[in-house]
Amino acid sequence: MTEMDEAIETNDTKVFGFWVYLMTDLVIFAVLFACYIVLRANTYGGPTPKELFHLPSVLAETLILLTSSFTCSLGMLAVHRQLKNWAIAWFIMTFLLGGAFLCIEISEFIEFVGKGASWQRSAFLSSFFTLVGTHGLHISFGLLWMVVMMFRIALRPLTEHSVSRIFRMALFWHFLDFVWIFIFTVVYGIGYLL
Amino acid sequence: MNKFLYGKLTPEAIPHHWYTIGGTVFIIITAIALIIYLTISKRWGWLWNEWFTSTDPKKIGTMYMIFATLMFFRGMLDAGMVWLQQSIAADSQGYLTADHFQQIFTSHGDIMVFFVTMGFFFGLMNWIVPLQIGARDLAFPFLNSLGLWLTIAGGLLINFFFIVGGDFANTGWLAIASFSELEFNPGVGVDYLIWSLQLSGLGSLLAGINFLVTIIKKRAPGMTLMKMPLFTWNSLCAMVLIISAFPVLTATTLLLWLDRAFGMHFFTLDYAGNQMMYWNLIWMWGHPEVYILVIPAFGMFSEIVSTFSQKPVSGYLSMVWAAISITALSYLVWLHHFFVMGAGPDVNSFFGIVTMLIAIPAGVQVFNWILTMYKGRVNLASPMYWFIGFLIIFMIGGMAGIFMASPPADFQVHNSLFLVAHFHTMIVGVALFGIFAGLTFWFPKIFGFKLNEHLDKRAFWFWFIGFFVAFIPLYLLGFMGAPRRIDHYDSSTGWQPLYITALIGYIFISCGIFTQVYLVLKSIKQRKNNLDVSGDPWNGRTLEWAAHSPPPFYNFAVVPPIQSHQPFWDLKEQGWKPEQKYHDIECFKNTGIGIYISIFAFLAGFAVVWQIIWLIAVGLVGIIACVITLSFDDEMEYVLPAEEVAKIEKLYVSRVSYDGNG
Repeated sequence: MTEMDEAIETNDTKVFGFWVYLMTDLVIFAVLFACYIVLRANTYGGPTPKELFHLPSVLAETLILLTSSFTCSLGMLAVHRQLKNWAIAWFIMTFLLGGAFLCIEISEFIEFVGKGASWQRSAFLSSFFTLVGTHGLHISFGLLWMVVMMFRIALRPLTEHSVSRIFRMALFWHFLDFVWIFIFTVVYGIGYLL
Repeated sequence: MNKFLYGKLTPEAIPHHWYTIGGTVFIIITAIALIIYLTISKRWGWLWNEWFTSTDPKKIGTMYMIFATLMFFRGMLDAGMVWLQQSIAADSQGYLTADHFQQIFTSHGDIMVFFVTMGFFFGLMNWIVPLQIGARDLAFPFLNSLGLWLTIAGGLLINFFFIVGGDFANTGWLAIASFSELEFNPGVGVDYLIWSLQLSGLGSLLAGINFLVTIIKKRAPGMTLMKMPLFTWNSLCAMVLIISAFPVLTATTLLLWLDRAFGMHFFTLDYAGNQMMYWNLIWMWGHPEVYILVIPAFGMFSEIVSTFSQKPVSGYLSMVWAAISITALSYLVWLHHFFVMGAGPDVNSFFGIVTMLIAIPAGVQVFNWILTMYKGRVNLASPMYWFIGFLIIFMIGGMAGIFMASPPADFQVHNSLFLVAHFHTMIVGVALFGIFAGLTFWFPKIFGFKLNEHLDKRAFWFWFIGFFVAFIPLYLLGFMGAPRRIDHYDSSTGWQPLYITALIGYIFISCGIFTQVYLVLKSIKQRKNNLDVSGDPWNGRTLEWAAHSPPPFYNFAVVPPIQSHQPFWDLKEQGWKPEQKYHDIECFKNTGIGIYISIFAFLAGFAVVWQIIWLIAVGLVGIIACVITLSFDDEMEYVLPAEEVAKIEKLYVSRVSYDGNG
């Protein structure tokens, strides 16, 4: 086995391990989704999903996050082609979109709490804040990771090893997008329609 | 300001009960003695460089087992205190208050499950799985070290209430809501439980991912899945369970904590919380967890019975499928822990039937083990004693399990001592006996010399007889209607003689433990007579016996070829000798980051328990800083040149003054 093969194999193992980690994270989300679905109707006289959610801002969040996934992929393409500046540019773009998503989400949370619909109001709101908040927390860690990786691109050569690290970060970002699609459908979509 | 600096921490948290003062004094004296010893013998550097920062799975395995042994003594002490209380508390309060009694059985359960049983299994897996599959290392050596230290941080946190806190959870090992909610449990005991399980659960999860990837990706060339030894197969199944079940534990206990710390209403009685959801979630993790504790033991017994019957294990393929079916079925049975919830006949029937189905693969395994011995040349060495003892106890426990799988019968014995007897039959008779069998079996591989056969058999008899004396009374008490977890009762129930019998059984088991301590000390003293120079003391069949005892840190200088699920046996029949042609070996450097992260995690965990905001921030920032440092470290491996390998191998051949572990 050449050195190159060995490097590819090690990174292959790491990516596989990272996929397994993502699946464990998905199990955590599965628990939170299950809780939300069970507790959705338990509003205890407080606001119902339908009264609370307004679709336009959620739709904006969704579009922003989907676009950020797209720019993240473009960044990854640039990394594969060793185009450092383009890669950093696309990741900054992704970072800004992710930050915008987070801002909308936080302002939504603040608005809910202001209306007296905090996580202490009912079991439904506890599960809503926990599920969406956990996703938001993941987004924040994703943003932090993205900053670290941008420094890495700027400071270190794009070796096989580096590319694999950045690839895992991109994988994480797409994963969060994937989870959001379910949040959009299960929490906001169904909540708005039913 | 005080709230900011100390959170909920007040002077009352300083030890003031006799047991916390005793615990604190014990911990501090032990720590001081250790520090003095290490300083005088100048072993700090050695300890840090050779052990604490090691990424070698064999050293990590040894550390897991030392840690598990320490926790085992704590857990046994708890068990003795529980039984003593129940033996004397007829018509009186006994020597413990109700609250203290509850804390003791809670910590007994958590410690025995999370730190003892899982600690020993991870220790043995670290040692044996890479050797069995012909790997030089795990897939992620750093994560392995981190997993160990997170588990230790969790173990420290679960014992830390002795020093700061004064109270542990009084809820039972699963912290069942709503009793564990703030409304009924305003102290920090439940928070200690939650956060020590968070830390150790994360450690287990990392180890689970690591072993799964190792077994899938790092097998020696030629070892297809159906050529893997059964211990590796069973470990793989247990790891699949860990990966899919442990996140549920993390999420569930976190939700409980959100209820407690942020006033949320997942499992509360008011604000439309749903406490039965806690039962469902915790057992969705808890039932797979039970199988995580026994499946590796099944694998060990398969290896042992085949080695000592000097025959291939009977029905290898059916053994593999049995392990896989048990793994799959274990997801579908969680509700049998609370048939009394009232989910209705349809739901209860489904879960009852699936539970009974597990008897089929378990039966397949039992018959295969018996058939392996049939017409074999059975060598009754001490691991076989543990194995045969296990086989008998496993039957009894299995029967009791089938009995409880039937909802109408379960309604009668739910939460009675019958249940306690059943799961102790499984955990002691299967998991612990498996650990003891495995430790005896692999001891020469790990330390290079055999254990004293005679003393080990004596320990076995203490354990085996003690087991029956201790737990059969609990089955009877269950039938007589004795509920679990009671701190006192009326003497007119007629329970006291049986409780006292159980205590006598405990004394027998304790004698077994003392014999085991003596056994290890004596074996170390006599090691010159029991040295294993060949690396194959039992005429083994799988690859770990092809390595030296104890193996060098790179395991195999030359990875042997694989032909079947007992590769070493084939090689011995063909008279295989390893080539003397060595290659460069890529090794993983030692790193202390695993410890640093765990220290910060411990601080954060402690701070969360007491809600000390600034300390939580310190912990989190520390963890993040460590991870960022790590992500800029590209030189984590080094190359061990072929000449070095040749030198070490030569030492093994001549066996002069090389002890491999030092």
